[in-house]
Amino acid sequence: MSYITKPVAHHPALKRNTLGLTHRDYEGTMSTLCAGCGHDSITAALIEACFEMDLPAHRIAKISGIGCSSKAPTYFLGRSHGFNSVHGRMPSVTTGANMANRDLVYIGVSGDGDTASIGFGQFCHAVRRKLNMTYIVMNNGCYGLTKGQFSATNDKTSPSKKGEQNPFDAIDLCQTAIQLGAGFVARSFSGDKRQLIPLIKSAISYKGFAFLDVVSPCVTFNNHPTSTKSYDYVRAHNQAIDKLDYVEEKEEITADYEAGTSLAVEMHDGSKLVLHKLNGSHDPRDADAAIMTIRKNAARGQVATGVLYVNEQQQDLHDVLETDDRPLNELPMAELCPGSKALDGINARLR
Amino acid sequence: MITGNDAAGLGAIYAGATVCAWYPITPSTSLAEAFERYARRLRVTKDGKRLYGIVQAEDELAAIGVAIGGGWNGARSFTATSGPGISLMSEFLGLSYFAEVPVVLFNIQRGGPSTGMPTRTGQPDILSCAYASHGDTKHVLLFPANPTECFSMGAEAFNLAERLQAPIMVMSDLDIGMNDWITDPLAWDDTKVHDRGKVLSAEQLDSFRETKGRDWGRYQDIDGDAIPYRTLPGTHPTKGAFFTRGTSHDENARYTEDGGVHARVLDRIRRKFDTASKLVPKPEVSVRDKSSRIGLIYFGATRPAVIEGLDLLEREGLKINSLRLKAFPFTSEVKAFCAAHDQIFVVEQNRDAQMRSLLMVEANVPGDKLVAALSYDGTPMTAAFVRGAVLNRLRHDKQAAE
Ligand SMILES: Cc1ncc(C[n+]2csc(CCOP(=O)(O)OP(=O)(O)O)c2C)c(N)n1
Ligand code: SF4
Ligand SMILES: [Mg+2]
Repeated sequence: MSYITKPVAHHPALKRNTLGLTHRDYEGTMSTLCAGCGHDSITAALIEACFEMDLPAHRIAKISGIGCSSKAPTYFLGRSHGFNSVHGRMPSVTTGANMANRDLVYIGVSGDGDTASIGFGQFCHAVRRKLNMTYIVMNNGCYGLTKGQFSATNDKTSPSKKGEQNPFDAIDLCQTAIQLGAGFVARSFSGDKRQLIPLIKSAISYKGFAFLDVVSPCVTFNNHPTSTKSYDYVRAHNQAIDKLDYVEEKEEITADYEAGTSLAVEMHDGSKLVLHKLNGSHDPRDADAAIMTIRKNAARGQVATGVLYVNEQQQDLHDVLETDDRPLNELPMAELCPGSKALDGINARLR
Repeated sequence: MITGNDAAGLGAIYAGATVCAWYPITPSTSLAEAFERYARRLRVTKDGKRLYGIVQAEDELAAIGVAIGGGWNGARSFTATSGPGISLMSEFLGLSYFAEVPVVLFNIQRGGPSTGMPTRTGQPDILSCAYASHGDTKHVLLFPANPTECFSMGAEAFNLAERLQAPIMVMSDLDIGMNDWITDPLAWDDTKVHDRGKVLSAEQLDSFRETKGRDWGRYQDIDGDAIPYRTLPGTHPTKGAFFTRGTSHDENARYTEDGGVHARVLDRIRRKFDTASKLVPKPEVSVRDKSSRIGLIYFGATRPAVIEGLDLLEREGLKINSLRLKAFPFTSEVKAFCAAHDQIFVVEQNRDAQMRSLLMVEANVPGDKLVAALSYDGTPMTAAFVRGAVLNRLRHDKQAAE
């Protein structure tokens, strides 16, 4: 495993976005993950989403923990700063980075081991803090990097490749996120680009904590026929509960949406999220119903995907902390340091 | 009259710190609280907006993680803790060291090991902080002796962290931190600019090759002081982006499994420690008798007791020169003092003579020169203890000679 640069020559016919950038400008170095790893598909979806959203790559910060999934930020957004931190601690590093500069887009990448076990506490508290970020778990039900041990999201009914039974119930990260007050919660599948790209765009546009749990098969350790995190299983049991259209600020909503079956949510940046209900009743604004939807599907062995929950009232940590509108890391020292005069006053009071 | 924690919290305000994360633990809690209290008074705009962010984290791992995230993103960031918290922060300190991310950590020491004596003082974290985290690590420590220095060194720690791109630990203790001290007034020099270290702007990135004669690379030693140039996220559309990582990396921040490159980067980071030894505060040396071959080294809260103890001894006809350490790495003055004396008492508040070990290993002082004078019952040092430790040893030496 080593660093491989890609040639940067641009084909003149490559599609450009409004910033004049091509896909290539949003790519990173060549992936060193196993061929067919779900994580690479999520990487591709992230590149596509950022390209289509015309995001200036240098205004994005990508932060991760440790794992195959946490390596993925090397493979997208080569023009963005990245921080591959320590195992399970991406949420705290992102909290500090976000406190320092509220103006960047924060994409946190983690694995199911990184988030549901060693980093479970940090995950919960990042949700509670309403950190304005997109938190992506590349969920393969195992510890890919350390050679396939069960993770805490692996279903109890899903044995290992060698046939060992999994003795414990799975943690459902979407249920946890909803229960703890995450603003935007969605589940998807690395093999469903059509669903994943608009979800990523919506999560990035959402102001507050946006959580994406993406089932992302590990071809090396957890893609056998009896695994519930395999490509075949998820394809067969994927239950999309809604279809999402992400409408950018500059676009008009043109299609006629049937009242009662679709729902438009205004995003903080002016974009819109238009949701078409697919199985009748699910209202993503209702947290209890969202948890019910997840549980009912899971009981039938189905994986409910799509926007599970969205809180239209968008709030983030800076609103809670009442910090200045300017990024803290740009404030001049003259405004931060009270100076010797003020200190004279403080000394006088201490006498 | 002020406590060390109040003064340190105010020092962080004066240093321009904007990100603070902490987890409650005696005796450090009142430091973060003081920062917040002063910030409410001194750091709120007319329309009520705060020019700082503070979070009470879920634990110490998160507290230092937040501070490192803030430091990475160019805000002066810090955390405060005590013994058990230091143990928890250890992994992150290694990341900050190896990935070269500035962060300030106030360690308000208390009696250990384990939960130890949360309400008693001590200096038992010297070695665990100097070498915190696995692998080859070595950290800059500052030793304030009173609240006045908690303020000044607390502020200076942020300059050093950004200059050296490393964690800086301010080693206070319960005695200084929580007790009211009669101390010199806090002083601030308005003409001294905050040293923000080597951070490149977009313009500097554009002209880097022109001005430095070489291309920028995150971990390139351009100036020969072992300190590379860093860039902050969001600075430039096409230049200066890199991937910060705790895995081994080359001079351009790229992942490597090449052992030679790994060793080369580790060597450069070690050389940064030589640069640090020229930047940290110099010791306070007190010469009572130029011809005396007996010296005494101490640091931190023991200052009043040591000075009084040495006064008592002088009145009894024994003139002992002293040196108060203000920092690790040891500066050239420390080495010169050790060379100039044949017998040196090292006064400290821990069982294992940790500073004595550090002097032996890091300043190459022969162990038989260094006499440990140790008190670790959790109470503040007394002059009587200092006097007794010196006299007992000298009496013992005399008997042995006879
Ligand atoms: C403190 C610590 N403990 C253990 C490890 C070893 N380790 C590295 S990655 C990993 C699990 C990764 O699993 P996951 O987050 O699911 O990522 P995946 O590789 O499956 O994408 C473990 C246990 C570590 N790096 N740090
Ligand atoms: S081990 Fe699994 S998770 Fe890791 S790169 Fe290979 S397929 Fe992906
Ligand atoms: Mg995994």
